[in-house]
Amino acid sequence: MTDPILDIRNLSVSFGKLYALDDISLTVAAGERLALIGHNGAGKSTLFKAVLGFLTPETGSVSIAGHPPGTDAARIAITYLPEVVAFPRSLTGREVLAYFSGLRSATRTGIFDLLDRVGLTEAADRPVGTYSKGMRQRLGLAQALIGAPRLLLLDEPTSGLDPVSRHDFYEVIAEAAARGAAVLLSSHGLEEIQSRTDRVAILSRGALRAVGTMEDLARQAALPTTIRVTALQGEADRLQSELGGRRINGCRLEIDCTPEAKLALLARLGAHRDVLEDIDVTAPGLDDIYRHHSRSSDMEERT
Amino acid sequence: MTARIATIFIQEFSLARRNLWVLLATIVLALFALALAFFGAGQGVALDADILTLTSASLATLSVYLIPLIALLMSYDSFAGEIERGALALTLATPVRRWEVFVAKFLAQGAAVGVSIMLAYAITGFAVLPLYGAGPEGIAAWLRLIASSVLLGAVFVAVGLALSALSSRTARAAALAIGTWLVLVVLYDLALLGAIMASGEGTFASHVFPWLVIANPADAFRLYNLASLDSVPVAGIDGLARTLPFPPGAAIGALALWLVTTVSLGIARTKRIVP
Repeated sequence: MTDPILDIRNLSVSFGKLYALDDISLTVAAGERLALIGHNGAGKSTLFKAVLGFLTPETGSVSIAGHPPGTDAARIAITYLPEVVAFPRSLTGREVLAYFSGLRSATRTGIFDLLDRVGLTEAADRPVGTYSKGMRQRLGLAQALIGAPRLLLLDEPTSGLDPVSRHDFYEVIAEAAARGAAVLLSSHGLEEIQSRTDRVAILSRGALRAVGTMEDLARQAALPTTIRVTALQGEADRLQSELGGRRINGCRLEIDCTPEAKLALLARLGAHRDVLEDIDVTAPGLDDIYRHHSRSSDMEERT
Repeated sequence: MTARIATIFIQEFSLARRNLWVLLATIVLALFALALAFFGAGQGVALDADILTLTSASLATLSVYLIPLIALLMSYDSFAGEIERGALALTLATPVRRWEVFVAKFLAQGAAVGVSIMLAYAITGFAVLPLYGAGPEGIAAWLRLIASSVLLGAVFVAVGLALSALSSRTARAAALAIGTWLVLVVLYDLALLGAIMASGEGTFASHVFPWLVIANPADAFRLYNLASLDSVPVAGIDGLARTLPFPPGAAIGALALWLVTTVSLGIARTKRIVP
């Protein structure tokens, strides 16, 4: 196992008395995509700024391919796409990329390839002011691919994009990861990233609540599967006394069970087929898993 | 280093050009200069004075208002706006040095203001020459006016950029820029006039007052241009130009000092920005 590209150890950042980041430890390996999930104000952007060297940590350390943030080596290794970025409207896409290529001492010949990779070849010589939101975001991504970066920092790169643009966006990110770049991207929710990253880290109120693959998080959350039963008129009482669960109204019943007990419960329900009108099985969704991890921590804080 | 400064310079200069700043500034300055030149020409024929000399005197008085305003308008948004739009974070994430960003922006916007001034005053000069002719004194006065105007523009571009780096919000940067213009260009003169009227003749008028005048970049610019002219009647604060305790060149030194100071302050401030 090689050393991780991004290595964050016990990082705390505070603004006055407020802790924006509290004891964060996180690594991202070469070729790995890690999604940082958290709602607004959870500390995602602050974490990025600490990695970029814009903010000085209170305690802890950040290392980018072995270099501290803000050093030349670290800045060459990192490319960044901020949450909100408005390129000058009167410049063309090609000029924007020429600007960042110049600052990163990358060759101008790479610009053609970059434009092609994000599908902006046709619009390359139009002013950015005429671009759609998706095109501007793709230009931002192209900018983040200049000079074969080793760590991509993408702050909510796909918020506000339509599903097709989002899909294309993640394809380009996957290509970059396949070439060996570490990718750290942030997002509002698990729904958005689905299975497009290798690992997920959930950040809430400046602290890491859970880190792992999507399957890990689902297992840790151990959320019940919910079976909603609609019984015939007047039969719901009898079903509840036999199977348990919550009564929603006169003929509807909700039963929670572990994923393993689901089949057995369904078989028992089958025995009451004559009084059933409908059965609906709901496995916990990605948002439920996210809510579980970020909310359970809130409750710990209140106690 | 130079490659990065050149990269930012190219972007900033083409932005100033495409946002029509260069064109607009050139037109405004040229219109005023032409109006003053041809208005002055009407009197100048009667006075038997050199038209370019006459016009450079009146244009120096007008440039004091216009050039700082143009320079501040061009520069006040440069850092604040980029911080608000997130563009500066992207720039600073690259290996560029912060001082390189400030210097490149300063050079580009200073060049944009400078090109506008040179174009506008060159157009005026060439429009007047064939009609009324000009002596060597007039041409020298005109060249002095152009050179010192470019320097004045550079000083106020540096002031605007430093204020922009200081405020990190567009609205606040705009307020600071307008406030600075009012204080340095309008209120400072009024305060000096009040002071000289209250104190009358004395050590204040002869020893303190001239230094207070060249301490302000706008007044230093005007003083330099008027003090260098011999044949034009001047009045008010500008009457001082006749009794200076220092050579007119000292005013250029004052402008240069302002330039170095504001650029240094701006760089120091840029290093503290959290984008």
